[in-house]
Amino acid sequence: MSALKPKHQRLVLLAIALVAIIGAGLLASYALRNEASYFYTADQIAANPPKPGELIRLGGMVQEGSLSTLEDGVTVAFTVTDMKSATVPVRYTGILPDLFVEGSGVVADGRMDEGGTFIAEQLLAKHDENYVPRELQDMQQHSADETLKTLETSQ
Amino acid sequence: MIAELGLTALWLAAALSVLQLVAGALALRDEGGELAKLVRPAAILQGLLAGFAFLMLLYLFAVTDLSVKLVETNSHSAKPMVFKLAGAWGNHEGSMLLWITVMALAGGLIALAERRLPEKTMLATLAAQAFVGLGFYAFLLLSSNPFERLPMPALEGRGLNPLLQDIGLAFHPPTLYFGYVGLSVAFSFAVGALVTRQVNPVFARAMRPWVLGAWIFLTLGITAGSYWAYYELGWGGWWFWDPVENASLMPWLAATALLHSVGVLAARDALRTWTIMLGVVAFSMSMLGTFLVRSGILTSVHAFAVDPERGTFILFLLVLYIGGALLLFGLRAATVAEGERFRVTSREGALVINNVMLSAILGIVLLGTLYPLLTEAFDVRVSVGPPYFNPVGAIFTIPMLLVMCVGPLLRWRGDSLGRIKNSLAIVAAIMLAVLALVVVLGSYGILPVLGLSIAIGLAIASFLPLRGRNLLRVPIATWGMVVAHFGLAVALFGMASETAFSEEKLAAVPVGESAQVGPWTVTLENVEPVAGPNWTAIQGRFAARYDGGDAVILTPQARNFWAPPQETTESTLATRWNGQLYAVIGNQAPDGRWQLRLWWKPFVTFIWYGGILVALGGLLALIGRLKSDLKRRYVKSRLADRAAEVAA
Repeated sequence: MSALKPKHQRLVLLAIALVAIIGAGLLASYALRNEASYFYTADQIAANPPKPGELIRLGGMVQEGSLSTLEDGVTVAFTVTDMKSATVPVRYTGILPDLFVEGSGVVADGRMDEGGTFIAEQLLAKHDENYVPRELQDMQQHSADETLKTLETSQ
Repeated sequence: MIAELGLTALWLAAALSVLQLVAGALALRDEGGELAKLVRPAAILQGLLAGFAFLMLLYLFAVTDLSVKLVETNSHSAKPMVFKLAGAWGNHEGSMLLWITVMALAGGLIALAERRLPEKTMLATLAAQAFVGLGFYAFLLLSSNPFERLPMPALEGRGLNPLLQDIGLAFHPPTLYFGYVGLSVAFSFAVGALVTRQVNPVFARAMRPWVLGAWIFLTLGITAGSYWAYYELGWGGWWFWDPVENASLMPWLAATALLHSVGVLAARDALRTWTIMLGVVAFSMSMLGTFLVRSGILTSVHAFAVDPERGTFILFLLVLYIGGALLLFGLRAATVAEGERFRVTSREGALVINNVMLSAILGIVLLGTLYPLLTEAFDVRVSVGPPYFNPVGAIFTIPMLLVMCVGPLLRWRGDSLGRIKNSLAIVAAIMLAVLALVVVLGSYGILPVLGLSIAIGLAIASFLPLRGRNLLRVPIATWGMVVAHFGLAVALFGMASETAFSEEKLAAVPVGESAQVGPWTVTLENVEPVAGPNWTAIQGRFAARYDGGDAVILTPQARNFWAPPQETTESTLATRWNGQLYAVIGNQAPDGRWQLRLWWKPFVTFIWYGGILVALGGLLALIGRLKSDLKRRYVKSRLADRAAEVAA
């Protein structure tokens, strides 16, 4: 390479840079299409079930009264609902995050098993009780409206 | 009264930044006029006023003045003093005030100390700094006034989010902000140099300490944030590829590239336009990071209640400053004279490859972070995590690390690989030996195996530039490079080791029984209620034995804070030289057993030791550079004195 003129040396570096940048772009777009995990709500899972074993993100509300601890003492089962009709049974082995309560929103990363149960690998904890994950903002709004309606009718 | 003093100081500082901008811009046309004399004092006074305003806010938090809205929303009289003070920047308004304060102080410091640059470049730099500052003053004063009073003083504050009531809050946000804002200075220098087209080694030497300083703070901020999330979130993870984390990584990547290219510009007068471009990009990444964190536009595990409107304002500032700077760049870049040339196999060549790889990694992280926003435009919601970032990032990180082993051994301008082939052979042999050893020992993922091999090779290679030199005569800045590169190897070793060798145990254990994880036996001795200043907790008492040795007592807690009401999990750690035991206590199962989650993480601490070493390397480089700058200045003044004597 030392035989090359200075001007050509510059071109070599430019070529390396171009190849790297274009390569990075192509690689990133290819990987993003394959590795991004899709967000599902309970009704979307019912309507269009994802392949078992595919990494997805599930979001919804933890149904009141659905939380139970299994025999082994470390696995919990609960139901995630879209606040309308659809529900998905969920299992999670681990310690529940601090702000995890029934009737509140949850976002979980995991996979569906063959039997239609969502096996959560990670429950997204929140830092702040006022924070609502973006995916759940519409749903939270919806449930707030429902609560108001119930209050109005009961009066 | 104190709040009004603070607010007045802030308004005055904003007014001075207008003066600094207008006087600086006008004086560019009329050099040596009266206006030019105003610019430096305006910058210094502005820094002092902003600093004063920030001190006033600290005072309000220290005495818990509940007639101030910000104190009422974020503080509580029963909180320990350190968290009262840290609470001043643990919220939106306060953190923006911290931002502007650091920025104004930095501007004041340049005005006070920087005497090397041509006066015109200096004026343009200070005007650019004032222009950026002005946007943030407007933001603070018009939409996020930290000194706002309540119509009626409250009886008690609402308290600070318990997860933030941690010593991490005292360090992590300010260090990151120092880093972000330090990059604003680099940005102003870049704009100043573009205006006057004076891009040369003198300019690079003036800009370098700021880039180094910002980079040191970013490194420390990311290291501290990673450790904080590791022990506070209770998941035992040190990096999640979360948008908020990426928001701090992207400026770091850009600053690392800038740091190396500014070195080339200072030493060899090459990479002129590229350095300017990186100066603009690095600060864009800081602003983008602030925007992502403040707007809550992406789902994050580190997100606090956020306000989209404020995000919009930051986005507006981002577009204004970065768009403006890029436009200026587009107009001026072609007129900046071409720098010195060099061969591919040279120090410069290796640094260019380093820069290209860092830019590629930056691009990959940026795309992955923003991808969910892109797909959302088409109503598809996705999240991007480790399955994307790890392999795709590694494809560019591995060649970069390999070049890192070679680059520091090469000479400037032109060199041949043949000259250093013995050193290269040693490093390659070590890497292959480690690779073979790990592959024989067990089956681990490909990335951690490569990570271990490269980490050990790089650790050795980082000391090779010292070979055959008198160690006492090696410049401090060179030591800085050696320490920083070695630190990166240490951190990489920690990451690879944690990924490859971690063991996890999740068990439900009755009091008196034990659980095994790796070489540890952990016995649950008892569970009891305890109380703190503003919380009560269930506390487990664990006796942990490493390899049957003496018991270490661990007391993880599940805390209930009452102001504001919130539960937190307090993990505990048993640290040994070769790793950490990480323990969390969960709920009680209906049959009385307690949930325990235990991890044995070999060499995990090396991640953060490595981060600290990298920052220390930066500090050594900074000291070395400042020392030689002072020496240069001294020699110059002596020469001037002598010339004056001769003339007399």
